Amino acid sequence: MATLNSPLPKRSQAAALGARAVTESVFGKASVQLKVKNLAFYGILLTALTIATLSIAAILIWSIVEGHPRLDLNLLVNNPSSISPETAGYRPAILGSTYLIAGVILFIVPIGVASAVYMELFANRAKWYNRFIELNIQNLAGVPSIVFGILGLAFIVRGPLSLGFVVAAGSLTVALLVLPTVILASREAIRAVPSSILEGSLALGATLWQSVRRQVLSAAFPGILTGVILAVARAIGEAAPLLLVGAVTFVTFDPKYLEGGYSALPVMIYNYAGRPQEEFHTLAAAGILVMLLLLMSINSIAIWLRARSEQNW
Amino acid sequence: MSSSMVTARSGDANFPSRLRAESPRYGEKIIKALLATAAAISVVTTVSIVISLLGPSISFFQDPAVTLREFFTGTQWAPSLANPSFGVLPIVVGTLMVVSFALIVAIPLGILLSIYLSEYAPKRVRKVVKPLLEVLEGLPTVAIGLFTFFWLMPTIVKLTPFLPWAGPFSIGVAGIAVGLVIIPLVSSVSDDAMRSVPRGLREGAYALGASKFEVSLKVVLPAAISGIIAAIVLGASRAVGETMVVMLVAGAGNPNLSFDPTKGIQTMTAFIGGRATGDIATGTLDYNTIFAVGSLLFFMTLAMNILAIKLVKRYREVYD
Repeated sequence: MATLNSPLPKRSQAAALGARAVTESVFGKASVQLKVKNLAFYGILLTALTIATLSIAAILIWSIVEGHPRLDLNLLVNNPSSISPETAGYRPAILGSTYLIAGVILFIVPIGVASAVYMELFANRAKWYNRFIELNIQNLAGVPSIVFGILGLAFIVRGPLSLGFVVAAGSLTVALLVLPTVILASREAIRAVPSSILEGSLALGATLWQSVRRQVLSAAFPGILTGVILAVARAIGEAAPLLLVGAVTFVTFDPKYLEGGYSALPVMIYNYAGRPQEEFHTLAAAGILVMLLLLMSINSIAIWLRARSEQNW
Repeated sequence: MSSSMVTARSGDANFPSRLRAESPRYGEKIIKALLATAAAISVVTTVSIVISLLGPSISFFQDPAVTLREFFTGTQWAPSLANPSFGVLPIVVGTLMVVSFALIVAIPLGILLSIYLSEYAPKRVRKVVKPLLEVLEGLPTVAIGLFTFFWLMPTIVKLTPFLPWAGPFSIGVAGIAVGLVIIPLVSSVSDDAMRSVPRGLREGAYALGASKFEVSLKVVLPAAISGIIAAIVLGASRAVGETMVVMLVAGAGNPNLSFDPTKGIQTMTAFIGGRATGDIATGTLDYNTIFAVGSLLFFMTLAMNILAIKLVKRYREVYD
C-alpha cells in the first residue's frame, strides 16, 4: 500500500496517499458500529417484508385448509340451503355475480375510457371546470364503498331511477364505485403514449379525434385493458354496497336483470359465515376459495396482457 | 401531452388563413361534447351522493326526537329502540378505534416496506414484491374478514390469555385486520413519494460519507415526508370506510361507548351495513338515521382525501 507504482510525479503521489488516508480515517474507524446499524436496519426491513408476505400466505393457506373439503361440483351448481349445508352451493350467487360484472363492464368501459380521453387529450386544463372534474375523480376514488351503497339505495333502487332491488341496480352501483379506478388507470395508459405519436398524426392532417382513436387509443389499449381488469377484480369482491342495494336475500332461484331478488358471491359468503353451524363455515371458506381462484385467473390474464404488449417507446 | 394547446391554436384568429381548417368539423365537436359528457358523469355521481345523503339527513335533524346537540355530544346510540337516543359518539369512537389499530399496524409496516422497495430492493426483487402487495390489495375484504374471524382472532386470544377477551368479537383485532387491508395503499403511495426524491440528494449524502440507512432515514424519509403523511391519511380514510372486515370481526352489535379493544364495538360503517338490509321503509326515522351517519362518514373521508391530494401535489410540485 505504501507506494503507487506509477509514473506519477512525487507531489501527486503524496496527494493521492493523503486523500486515501483521509478517506480511510472517515470510513474506516466508524465502520464496525455503522455496519452493525446498517445490518440491523436491513434486518428490520426484511422482517417487515416477511410479515407482509406471511399474512398473505396465511390468508391463502387458511382458505385452502378450511375450504377444500367442500370443493366439489355441488358448490357451483347447487342452490343454497339452510338445512343441508353439506350439499348447499353458490349457484344463484355465482350467476348473480356474473350478471353483475357483465353490467359493470358494459358501463365502465365506454364511460371510463371516454372520460380519460377527454381529460387527458381534449380538456383545456386552464379551465376551472376541467380541474374540478379531475379533483372530483380523485376524491370519488376515496369515497367509502358503503357510501356508494347509500347512493344506490336512495337514487337507483328508489328515488329518481326506482329500479327496485334488482341485479341492474346492484350492477350500476358497483359500476359507479369502480369507475374512478378505470378512469385513473386509462389516463396513466394514455399519458404513457409519447406525444410525438399524436403530434405526428396531427401533422399529417388527421383530425384530433382520428389521431386519438387510431393512434393514441390503440397504443394505450393494453394499459386500459389492465385498468378495466383490475376494476372488475375489485367489483367481484365488493360486498358492502351490495348489502344496501338488495343483495342480502337468501335466494334459491336464478337471478333476472330487472326483476326479483338476487345475491352475489361475497354477500352469500358473508351470509354463510354468520351461521352458527361448522359446516356453513367450511362452505364460506370454500366460497372464498372459488372467489380467489376467479380473481387469480383474472389477474393472471392482466399480467399476461401487460407482459405481452409492453412497449418501449 | 399538450394537445389542449393544439386545439386552442387552431381557433386562433391570427393563424394564417391557408392553415385554417376548411370545414367546421362538426363531427369533432360532437365527439368532444360526448367525451365531456362521459367525464361529467363522475361529477354527477358526486353531486348525487351529496344530495342523496343530505336530503334524508336534513329530515333526520328536523325530527322532534333528534337534536343536533344530542347527535354530536350524546353518548347513547340506540336509534331503533322504543325510546331511542341518537348520540353518535359511541360508533364514532368505534370507528376511531379501528383506525388507530389499523394505523399501528400499517404505519410501521407500510413505511418500512416502502423504504425497502425504493432504497434497498434490487430491481428483480421489486418486480416480485410489488405484485405481491397488489395481491394483498386485491383480496376481497370478505376474505380477510373471514380469515380474521375464524383464525387470527382465536389465535390472538390463545396467545394472550391474560387479556379480558369476552365473546367472539373484538374491535382491536378488527383494527389489526383493517391494518393489513391498508398496508399496500400506504406502502405504494409512500414508495412513490420516496422514488420522486431526486437522486442528487442521495448522492450528495453519500459523498459526505453517509451510510445507506442514514441516507434512507435522514435524507430520503424527511424529503418525502409530505407524501408519506399523504399515504397515512389515505390509509386512515380507507380504514374509516372499511365495512366487511369490521362487520365480521367487531360485530354490528354493541353500540355502547367503550374504549376496550378486546370487546366488539359498533362502528359507523357496521351500523349502516347492519341496519340497511333493504326492508327499511323510506322516510322513517330509522331510514334517515342511516343517511345521517352516512353523511358524517362521507364528510370525514372527504376531508381526509382532500388533505392527502394537497400533500401529494406538494411533493410533486417540489420534485417533478
